[in-house]
Amino acid sequence: MNACAMRPAFNRDKIMHQIQCPWCGVRDEAEFQYKGDATVVRPADDADEAGFFRYVYLRDNPKGWHTEWWHHVAGCRQFVKVVRNTLTHEVAATGTPADTLQVPES
Amino acid sequence: MVYQAARYTAAEHPASSLAFTFIQAALSMRYSALSILKQGLGGHRGWTRAWRDPTPKPAYDVIIIGGGGHGLATAYYLAKVHGITDVAVIEKGWIGGGNVGRNTTIIRSNYMFPSNTYFYEHSMKLWEGLEQDFNFNAMVSQRGVINLYHSDAQRDAFARRGNAMRLAGVDAELIDADEVRRRVPLLDFDNARFPIEGGLLQPRGGTVRHDAVAWGYARGADSRGVDIIQNCEVTGIEMKNGRAVAVQTTRGRISANKIGSAVAGHTSKIAQMVGLELPLESHVLQAFVSEGIKPHLDTVVTFGAGHFYISQSDKGGLVYGGDLDGYNSYAQRGNLPMMEHVMAGGMAIMPSIGRVRLLRHWGGVMDMTMDGSPFICRTPVDGFYLNGGWCYGGFKATPASGWCFAHTIANEEPHEYNRDFTIERFAEGRMIDEKGVGPNPWIQ
Repeated sequence: MNACAMRPAFNRDKIMHQIQCPWCGVRDEAEFQYKGDATVVRPADDADEAGFFRYVYLRDNPKGWHTEWWHHVAGCRQFVKVVRNTLTHEVAATGTPADTLQVPES
Repeated sequence: MVYQAARYTAAEHPASSLAFTFIQAALSMRYSALSILKQGLGGHRGWTRAWRDPTPKPAYDVIIIGGGGHGLATAYYLAKVHGITDVAVIEKGWIGGGNVGRNTTIIRSNYMFPSNTYFYEHSMKLWEGLEQDFNFNAMVSQRGVINLYHSDAQRDAFARRGNAMRLAGVDAELIDADEVRRRVPLLDFDNARFPIEGGLLQPRGGTVRHDAVAWGYARGADSRGVDIIQNCEVTGIEMKNGRAVAVQTTRGRISANKIGSAVAGHTSKIAQMVGLELPLESHVLQAFVSEGIKPHLDTVVTFGAGHFYISQSDKGGLVYGGDLDGYNSYAQRGNLPMMEHVMAGGMAIMPSIGRVRLLRHWGGVMDMTMDGSPFICRTPVDGFYLNGGWCYGGFKATPASGWCFAHTIANEEPHEYNRDFTIERFAEGRMIDEKGVGPNPWIQ
């Protein structure tokens, strides 16, 4: 076995997130700023305090698939919706804020 | 004579021998220079295990979920201070395998808000007497912590924090660039972007050997009757009439009068078992150790403006880190962009580390709360008590965290020091946001 073959496979997905921006294509994580849980929904303006408390502070914090915002701050400056696994860092789907993304089972 | 007998019996007799048991008990009671000498003469074959490996009983007075620093400290103070010894610490892996073994070992109490200041100062005082208290060498080293400042505005902010600390009886000194240079000559004082103008020094800050903290608390708790149950994962919490009454584990059901959670990193997962939703997210924070080098740095230096901090371990490795990777994660590893960022910060402020090789790096999972401050409190669920939300600052808090959590569990009410670390503070508008960045855990 030569030295080259012994070299571990270099898999970018394992060492860095790569995010498919709907406008720019596949880009490295370093171009994005994370912006948190994309499943929380702002309540109506006349909602009670409890509604706003939930919206601002409470999070499911799942161990597994998480739908979240990444701001393409060093690219097109759009918000990208991303389904990413918080245990493996694998990205399953990306889309525009208007898209409904499929969250994988388990 | 004792060491000879111990050596003979340990080697030749079964453990059931009365003489062996007696000598074992006599030897395991106390670590001292004398015990090391005796054991050294006996070839170090008489040391006994520092804590038992008990089979879980069907019921306990108190169960603490999580055998990390905070859980073990809680059990220790429950037994020692409150006389509650029918306690089990339940750990899914091995004790000290989580964040108490994954931090950068720094202790300090340089906080500005009263809710934090008195709590962390209590922790510092416990650190100062800890080794004598639990009879274990935790290598507490008060080598000082210097926060560098680079502008007049930053100096003013540090002066304000230092004054708040001194008003609370905590040691703090604002030092100028010459004094920083005298203490840490190898920094890049004339950095074009961040020239060093001085620092806020806490002389009593420093480092501790982190694994020894878990081991010392475990040994101290065990010797007072606490059962430390490893490789036992809690898979559910049984409720009866709105009260938490038992835990389901991979080693069976265990009931308890009171159940405390000290699993920071996974607090959301345990809280969900009793139907609690919490204002926190789990994030990954990386840390790094270089190869061992000769003495290079005899204090702790933080370069907040460049997201970098560093100290040197007694073994010689430079121990350093930076900020969170900045996205929700339960993986105990981070990504390369943050590694590169931390290395760049190090090169900017301490260029001499450029030829030192990185030896190891790892990640830990942080409970990031929405204000950067922790929880030590009762909860809306009777019989369920919460310790968590330590963000990236849990290690230094370990003694006071266990001390306050034990107080809260034993007395059904918080101590003055943890009075403000409630879940309800968010709904009540009493956040303890030391950094002032709002409910964005990834930048707390």
